[in-house]
Amino acid sequence: MSGKDTIEVAADTPELAQPFAELGLTPDEYEKIRQILGRRPTAAELALYSVMWSEHCSYKSSKVHLRSLAPNEQQSGALLAGIGANAGVVDIGQGYAVTFKIESHNHPSFVEPHQGAATGVGGIVRDILAMGARPVAVMDALRFGPADAHDTARVLPGVVSGISFYGNCLGLPNIGGELAFDSCYAGNPLVNALCVGVMRHTDLKSAVATGAGNKVVLFGSRTGPDGVGGASVLASATFGADAGKAAKRPSVQVGDPFMEKLLVECCLELYAAGLIEGIQDLGAAGIACATTELSAGGDGGMRVSLDDIPLRDPTLSPAEILMSESQERMMAVVAPANVPAFLEVCAKWDVEATVIGEVTGDGTLTMTWRGGTVVHIPPRTAADGPVYQRPMARPAGLDALRAAGPDGLERPKDGPALREVLLALLGSPDLADKSWVTAQYDHYVRGNTVLAMPEDGGLLRVDEQTQLGIALATDGNGRYCRLDPYLGTQLALSEAYRNVAMTGAVPMAVTNCLNFGSPEDPEVMWQFAESVRGLADGCAILGIPVTGGNVSLYNQTGTTAIHPTPVIGVLGVHQDVRHRLTAVFPAEEAQVVLLGTTGEDFGGSAWADVLHAHLGGHPPTPDLATEQRLATLVAEAAGSGVLTSAHDLSEGGLAIALAESCLRGGRGCRITLPGDPFTDLFSESAARALVSVRPGREEEFAALCATHAIPATVLGTTGGSALEVTGQFQVPLDELTRIWKGALPALFG
Amino acid sequence: MRIGVVTFPGSLDDTDAARAVRYAGAEPVPLWHADRDLRGVDAVVLPGGFSYGDYLRCGAIARFSPVMGELVPAARAGLPVLGICNGFQILCEAHLLPGALTRNAGLRFITRDVRLTVENAGTAWTSGYTSGQQLFVPLKSGEGAYAADEATLDELEASGRVVVRYDGAAPNGTARGIAGICDESGNVVGLMPHPEHAIDALTGPSPDGLGFFTSVVATFAGALR
Repeated sequence: MSGKDTIEVAADTPELAQPFAELGLTPDEYEKIRQILGRRPTAAELALYSVMWSEHCSYKSSKVHLRSLAPNEQQSGALLAGIGANAGVVDIGQGYAVTFKIESHNHPSFVEPHQGAATGVGGIVRDILAMGARPVAVMDALRFGPADAHDTARVLPGVVSGISFYGNCLGLPNIGGELAFDSCYAGNPLVNALCVGVMRHTDLKSAVATGAGNKVVLFGSRTGPDGVGGASVLASATFGADAGKAAKRPSVQVGDPFMEKLLVECCLELYAAGLIEGIQDLGAAGIACATTELSAGGDGGMRVSLDDIPLRDPTLSPAEILMSESQERMMAVVAPANVPAFLEVCAKWDVEATVIGEVTGDGTLTMTWRGGTVVHIPPRTAADGPVYQRPMARPAGLDALRAAGPDGLERPKDGPALREVLLALLGSPDLADKSWVTAQYDHYVRGNTVLAMPEDGGLLRVDEQTQLGIALATDGNGRYCRLDPYLGTQLALSEAYRNVAMTGAVPMAVTNCLNFGSPEDPEVMWQFAESVRGLADGCAILGIPVTGGNVSLYNQTGTTAIHPTPVIGVLGVHQDVRHRLTAVFPAEEAQVVLLGTTGEDFGGSAWADVLHAHLGGHPPTPDLATEQRLATLVAEAAGSGVLTSAHDLSEGGLAIALAESCLRGGRGCRITLPGDPFTDLFSESAARALVSVRPGREEEFAALCATHAIPATVLGTTGGSALEVTGQFQVPLDELTRIWKGALPALFG
Repeated sequence: MRIGVVTFPGSLDDTDAARAVRYAGAEPVPLWHADRDLRGVDAVVLPGGFSYGDYLRCGAIARFSPVMGELVPAARAGLPVLGICNGFQILCEAHLLPGALTRNAGLRFITRDVRLTVENAGTAWTSGYTSGQQLFVPLKSGEGAYAADEATLDELEASGRVVVRYDGAAPNGTARGIAGICDESGNVVGLMPHPEHAIDALTGPSPDGLGFFTSVVATFAGALR
């Protein structure tokens, strides 16, 4: 049913059966579309509404909760554009603005790991580009099934090669991210891509079509049949138990990073020449989304000729043209007088550009095809979409899960046993060296990368003269969130915030990618609502805004949802990147100090997971007030040069932080534990860091800690060629290195 | 001194190469692939990246671009040219340098800080180093394994045209540990590692790479005297 299904034909054939269910719409939603239009939709209109009203594009299940993330006055001071724009924009001073966002590409990456992950990078880069910024770096937060599972050997190398292929060829440094494994992701890996861009305040662009008579230009790659229905059917539904074999599996898009690179340079030249009135990237829901959002955001309407859209496949129907998710495309609104100059810039970059329509004053989105009108709708009705208040229910097994805490698990009793635990954790896939992955990413390109993985946060120089920079980190812990989504989300926020602070930067803004199971499961909706509530409360305490984000639902296999996995990204500003701190213990003998307070926090810990395959109890209690003081302390200490290293404590606790700081610089340390050795080494209490102090400045640092009311415990000194815990054990660095570096190559070759 | 940096569609390290030129005290001059014009520069850098998307073969299309039509005869006439990574691949495709760059052993893209030894400190781009000097610079490539027939490799070795060599086992399976070579005159140099990413300790593993750029500046100043 494509052919010439015009609005007249639709009006004359009200009873014609339409495949709304196959397109992912419910009977109620289909009825609502009929009410809006006063007739049945044409095939093209049905396609347009189906993708725009998909969970992926409309946030219909999450919207009611996300409203609580809107920043208050105190949080929004530095915000130039917020939630609702393609990406939030933050003022970082000196006339610079930064925009950043993280987005999921989970389902495509399971179906076709290489292309799925590659186009995930491409999509988020275009979001940043559409704000008027030059994309300057990417990061990836990845989660897979068990590292030794057969399918992980298919998915992980494919995902990594896709990110490597696309990001490297696009010329964006990959400066950090995450890699974690858990059986809950076996049938539904998480591939979340973050991009950050920089611009001058005056360069900010908006996605609106205003000014009747202005031209609508589609530029970039041609439109083909790839990814048709990706947003509605692939991203907004659950994989069945026989995932990969479903009859209606839509095709995954194929990326061309070379075209994206041309598109980036072309857009930046168009911006600089002042040739654009409004701009929108084409991502999920392709032309349907771009035309709808541009016209809904403007003051009039839009008329588009589908015949003028350059196609890779001339047999595409209007519905397919609208739903196609062909990559590397942008849509601009251009004043008629600027069109020749616009086309000239595109020609310079070998980017195909075509005028496909114009802005009108009639308030409708109208599309014609082969002499007939196939779309005639009020654009806001498609752009806004339905809003659902889904039922929520506290998970039935949650109390039992929390009651079955880690207290009964067998703990190491002596030094040799503690040593074994350290080595087991260090060689576990979540905590082992990630070079197998990160060595496939270029972190040098553009020449402004000051810190990249495995540092706690990535750090980029923004201005070569003033040394202004930005720091970024993403974090998330599905185990903590499974135990308590409210606290777990605040812990993810805390950790990302702390990671940014460890570089010496001041945390400023938050983005998020909320990965959850099916919203039609009340228990998942409860987890989601708790998580959002935790994020909103946490950001309010920290006084930093959520600038935008992405929601990915239906992450489950059959009826089993993934752990709730909000991935939180934090952006910080570094006043002088030359004063950055790293986790590396210094060459000289320096005092090693633990900052913060250690309690008995083993619920959801790496120790419980790796040594006992146990998940239960309560996660650590976040302490956001202390996080804030800790961040201020480290920023001040970095600026005055009193520290030689700083490293956050997270999974695996002090033991892993010590090992990492030793391994990175190839220098050991000798420390003495103040309390119970097991708790001191492996507890995962929040708001803690491991630092080393510049020799001769120990008293100055102790005074600084007192000023900021951060407990500081002197543990020992750096030096030697072993990690030595007095009275307990010592491990030569060679042995630590072998275990830490050997784990992932042993699994993935 | 004015040093041209060519931008092809898909060039990525052109801004970095221009920064290195500036750090070395010379003026970077942007050159555009589609212009049959070298703008009177005194030397040229072909930067890293994925020119023309690496379609067909790395450097295979760039070699036919209008700017190369000017560059090839100028290089043969003595213009100093440095090809980094993709630039090295282009120089090989353009037959300014012998051999070819092939897929890394292991078939994966490799980003790693590598130790190099300067084997020939007599070229236009390495005269500021001493023979045997150790450098610590980034390598980042998917097709960085240098390959040539045995006779060519023997000839390169015998004539001192291996400019830089990896210390120890090369990470990418390159022939005889070769990281970079030069033409017979020593004015055209190509290498896979990225000296432009090692011009200060803030953004690179060391400042060791700056010597390539200061060398050509010194060579030029010497030629003027």
